[in-house]
Amino acid sequence: MDKFTRLEGLVAPLDRNNVDTDAIIPKQFLKSIKRSGFGPNAFDEWRYMDIGEPGQDATNRPKNPNFVLNQPRYQGAEVLLTRANFGCGSSREHAPWALLDFGFKAIIAESFADIFFNNCYKNGIVPIVLPAVEIEALFKQVEATPGYKLVVDLQAQAVIRPDGYGIPFQIDAFRKECLINGWDDIGLTLRHAEKIREFEEKRRINQPWLFS
Amino acid sequence: MSKTLYDKLWENHVVHVEADGTALLYIDRHLVHEVTSPQAFEGLKLAGRKPWRVSSIVATPDHNTPTDHWDEGIKDSVSRQQVETLDANIREVGALAYFPFKDPRMGILHVVGPENGATLPGMTVVCGDSHTSTHGAFACLAHGIGTSEVEHVLATQCLLQKKSKTMLIAVEGKLGKGVTGKDVALAIIGTIGTAGGTGYAIEFGGSAIRGLSMEGRMTLCNMAIEGGARMGFVAVDDKTIDYLRGRPFSPKGEVWDNAVAYWRTLQSDAGAQFDRVVTLKAEDIRPQVTWGTSPEMVVAIDANVPDPAKQSDPVKREGMERALQYMGLNPNTPMNQISIDKVFIGSCTNSRIEDLREAASVLKGRHIAATVKLALAVPGSGLVKRQAEAEGLDKVFLAAGFEWREPGCSMCLAMNADRLEPGERCASTSNRNFEGRQGPGGRTHLVSPAMAAAASIAGHFADVRDIL
Repeated sequence: MDKFTRLEGLVAPLDRNNVDTDAIIPKQFLKSIKRSGFGPNAFDEWRYMDIGEPGQDATNRPKNPNFVLNQPRYQGAEVLLTRANFGCGSSREHAPWALLDFGFKAIIAESFADIFFNNCYKNGIVPIVLPAVEIEALFKQVEATPGYKLVVDLQAQAVIRPDGYGIPFQIDAFRKECLINGWDDIGLTLRHAEKIREFEEKRRINQPWLFS
Repeated sequence: MSKTLYDKLWENHVVHVEADGTALLYIDRHLVHEVTSPQAFEGLKLAGRKPWRVSSIVATPDHNTPTDHWDEGIKDSVSRQQVETLDANIREVGALAYFPFKDPRMGILHVVGPENGATLPGMTVVCGDSHTSTHGAFACLAHGIGTSEVEHVLATQCLLQKKSKTMLIAVEGKLGKGVTGKDVALAIIGTIGTAGGTGYAIEFGGSAIRGLSMEGRMTLCNMAIEGGARMGFVAVDDKTIDYLRGRPFSPKGEVWDNAVAYWRTLQSDAGAQFDRVVTLKAEDIRPQVTWGTSPEMVVAIDANVPDPAKQSDPVKREGMERALQYMGLNPNTPMNQISIDKVFIGSCTNSRIEDLREAASVLKGRHIAATVKLALAVPGSGLVKRQAEAEGLDKVFLAAGFEWREPGCSMCLAMNADRLEPGERCASTSNRNFEGRQGPGGRTHLVSPAMAAAASIAGHFADVRDIL
């Protein structure tokens, strides 16, 4: 996983509540057995006028000009700004894979669905929860200002607007440490292998029905 | 100090705690299917790691498999490759149980686990599928995980987790005729909203929940995720224990007795404190139908499609307008005047034997409306299918004009050939009415099996209470 410390990135606004993982990456693309290559199909049903199929070359597909991420001013965006309950629905990690492959490294929302939120961290995407009033102000600024960029300073736990106004955000200390160092969770957990083994042995004796 | 059921389940699995409270939780049962596991197995192999405890694994393909013409195999080559990858991975690493494509016990994982006794009270149960919350019906700490976490569980038998807040949803009273676990689930989501449970572990309690069968409780816990909660559970009672007795992987003899003694402790203590308590009256819950593109967009069958003009929050209003446009509905239309094109009875929410019995009791001696293009009955597993056939339910469905299919996830998410065409409207017993969920441009209305059966006969949504 890539390390995440500080990002200054173009912001794209997706002004909806409840953006679900079926919208982020439709089911037909989940048939892949790979982790990469989902970017061209991120938001497939909103982004294109035709119905997407796995394995197809997306470059010549008809794009929906009304979909915000198709607008030229948001090309190359690295920060996604959205509303409440982003990433609700299925546990598919293909959703953060698609967003990352599309270019997003940070997502700012009023709230996230739990499983999606968790999946972001596993892929080096920073999901940032900000109060509704700050989100509202950011939407206004983004829409009014072509080329609008935000700084995400993970070390300082702040989103910094172009006018210098900083908005603090919360993140679990352990998750922050993992992102900053690009640590592999499994490697970290396996440092406790002995403890896991001891726990398991006790369990095998006390609750043998769990091991049949 | 009084403890909630969640506290007890949590404490029973903590291996280690980090300074900020992040805990390493031990995982008892790992359910594996073809869609979210290939990248995890590959990652494991690339890192040169071995699975920690393969006897925790129960696996079956379910999302991609066809529900008809099994003799022809899986025609879609991309789907077939995914199923074959699962075959190869399980063959290589092993499992407690593997039910490959066409096996008599194959089916939807969340049906297969409980019916084989592979889901037992007090377990942590995880799966790369958000509807793993289903297993909470057995007082399990059960939730969906992403593929990175699938790999983490394979490699370490643990997950990193922060403790959730607790919510008690108490449904008190007696459910009326024709009102099912599905209606309770939808009514709860309509009350708390699709993000209402975010950050919470939900315990479902109250006399109406105790009155539900295990199947009804599974339907309810299955939908916890649609209310934003990764997990929902119900305390152990006689019904839990009776359901599990004699199942293939249930303990036997003295071990069974010891297990039952422990399982009976899986209750919230009297006086246990919850972070939030929501109470619903069972008598207020009527058969539910969703009208929009989120499960919280739901009303009772005798209500009308809501009017966005009455919504004061501009973001919500716009969301409603967008949903109505997608669904092709006008505000204030009576729900029972909305006609349907297709009917789907199935999915991990509603494909168990009781669901099929419920639908069949409505369909018996009746026929689907001429305007209904397709009505599918898809049992949740091979065992459910055989049980239904032994009871003659297949004949009821077929005589009513339904197709009687092989088990699988089917048109719940339309990864296989079962899907809606753009603009088609479906009465569906599944769990998500998101845009495109049942096929691009498809319009999904979530209902109970009895309500889906009632709609199939009328050709439009209809109040099943008038038929029963």
